[in-house]
Amino acid sequence: MSILVSGATRLVVQGITGREGEFHSHAMQAFGTQIVAGVTPGKGGQTALNGSVPVFDTMAEAVREVGANASCIFVPAAAAPDAILEAADAAVALIVCITENIPALDMLRVYHVLRQQGIRLLGPNCPGLTSVAERAKVGIIPNDIHRPGSVGLVSRSGTLTYEVVQAMTDAGIGQSTCVGIGGDPIVGTGFIDVLDMFNEDPETEAMVMIGEIGGEEEERAAAFVKREVRKPMAAFIAGRTAPAGRRMGHAGAIISGGAGTAESKRAALDAAGVAVADSPSHIPQLLRAAGVGG
Amino acid sequence: MKLQEYRSKEILAQYGVPLQAGTTATTPEEAEAIARTIARPVVVKAQVLVGGRGKAGGVKLAETPEEAARHAEAILGMSIKGITVRTVLVAPAANIASEFYLALILDRAAKAITVITSAEGGVEIEKTASTHPEAILRMPLHPLIGLQEHNIRRVAFFLGISPDLRREFRQVLRGLYDAFVGTDADLAEINPLAITEDGRLTALDAKIVLDDSALARHPDLELMRDLNEEERSETAARQAGINFIKLDGSIGCMVNGAGLAMTTMDLVKLAGGEPANFLDIGGGAKADKVAAAFRIILDDPNVKAILINIFGGITRGDEVARGIVEARTTLARHVPMVVRIVGTNAAEAAPILAEANLITADSLDEAAAKAVAAARADA
Repeated sequence: MSILVSGATRLVVQGITGREGEFHSHAMQAFGTQIVAGVTPGKGGQTALNGSVPVFDTMAEAVREVGANASCIFVPAAAAPDAILEAADAAVALIVCITENIPALDMLRVYHVLRQQGIRLLGPNCPGLTSVAERAKVGIIPNDIHRPGSVGLVSRSGTLTYEVVQAMTDAGIGQSTCVGIGGDPIVGTGFIDVLDMFNEDPETEAMVMIGEIGGEEEERAAAFVKREVRKPMAAFIAGRTAPAGRRMGHAGAIISGGAGTAESKRAALDAAGVAVADSPSHIPQLLRAAGVGG
Repeated sequence: MKLQEYRSKEILAQYGVPLQAGTTATTPEEAEAIARTIARPVVVKAQVLVGGRGKAGGVKLAETPEEAARHAEAILGMSIKGITVRTVLVAPAANIASEFYLALILDRAAKAITVITSAEGGVEIEKTASTHPEAILRMPLHPLIGLQEHNIRRVAFFLGISPDLRREFRQVLRGLYDAFVGTDADLAEINPLAITEDGRLTALDAKIVLDDSALARHPDLELMRDLNEEERSETAARQAGINFIKLDGSIGCMVNGAGLAMTTMDLVKLAGGEPANFLDIGGGAKADKVAAAFRIILDDPNVKAILINIFGGITRGDEVARGIVEARTTLARHVPMVVRIVGTNAAEAAPILAEANLITADSLDEAAAKAVAAARADA
């Protein structure tokens, strides 16, 4: 078992004929993901990925014709909220939106519409997720940094996630599923959602959480962990040296009105019994100390 | 993007919020001329994007046009928290009977636009939150249908707005909400919203912060950016499509990815150094972008060493290595460079870096330590 994706995931890529969409679709296919369709309005009837995948004009067709049940979105920010809504209307179970710089007010509406429809959205502005054992990846996390194992990882970041995964793999600690929830202020899936899934997932024995400054999601996650989680956990929080009031690359990474500091998040996690690392490279030894094997 | 008070007021006025906008001046003579045309007394206010203007002496009341000129002369050129005042706003002063705090924020936790209001106007809301949290009303609005009449009534009753001012109050909150949505704001704040002694509601100060991700669809608002308050290097970075924030340390950082860029800064500090900047070069990172990043980092004379940390995923390590070597030849100033490239094509990157005699490191901790040592040796 794994969370969110598995061998049964039948993926459609929205924006498969674009530069990014095509590049990462090849990588997903190489990793083992079943890509069953692409959608690019106006290019229906063509094929993509060296003729292996049919392209449709609409999500409705992709679902009806080839049974797609998950979508990965690479369309530009101006069109992405509509693409998410189209995927939701077509009733796929999981939507992963990679696109960054989507206006927050657009995401606010999209978030609530999807909640009413009961559809899971990951992102936007996220690297997606990879189920290591099931060889299923939806997104852009590099293929060759993983090692199969029992640690579930959830993060607000992209390359920082790869850094931590690589450090774990180098230390012989494998992963069950790695999930990037995205760096925007409004994202479909939060830390608590993913920690809850890992907590229930028999394949996951320990968890790693990578947070950063801005908002109070890490503090709320810490309260959840204290209440619900009995599996060992390690964490890293980026941005101890970030100045207040500045947006640090990610739209959501900003300390405002004294709230959202790295120290506040570290303290909350520490109080919840989570081992907090000073450097990403310390994560493997913290996991070992908590009794995590290979 | 933060907007100056006068810009924020221009926008709120367009959306029907009652206020005395005033006029901006950049010389004492202009301030005097403006004061002659409006009702006295007038208030002369420094236009800077940092808080604490009043305490710093950047807000002054003037009874006569001559006094307005004298105040403008004192305020223009004054430094408030490191920002030189270049513009003042001259507006009619109000006789305040009572004042309120009224704001809308993009509320990440509630996933809604939330009204925040308090009858304790004129003070920072963070202060009220710590001293009298019960004096604040936080009310998330429905994300799909927005501000409703009952929402407005609830705020008005909470603030104790008298019946004869309810219509005017409705106009204030409705206008604030429409401005928030119309400009794609993160924050739209009126503080204070005043009731004057002659019984009118008026927005005496305003602040709007825009969602940077939405600026692409508001070219008119992009023009309101105040370049005087942006570091020259930050302006150059923005134009080059690089995420950059200047800091005060001596170790320049060049990293791909925002989270990793923050982490790199943190590890520089942990190794005993101080980061000179946050810099996320983004995906790809071809030679021209690397060169632009070098120029931006080296524009800061405090920079004594540069730490380059690239995790190749989409970005290919050898491409970045070639970019670094190529860009380095174009630089006017040279400082030690510590380069760490891992991930995709890191093996191909290694000989390129070795041949160029760059200091390399395998781990980020090691790279940070080497950069700190190099900056000390160079100092």
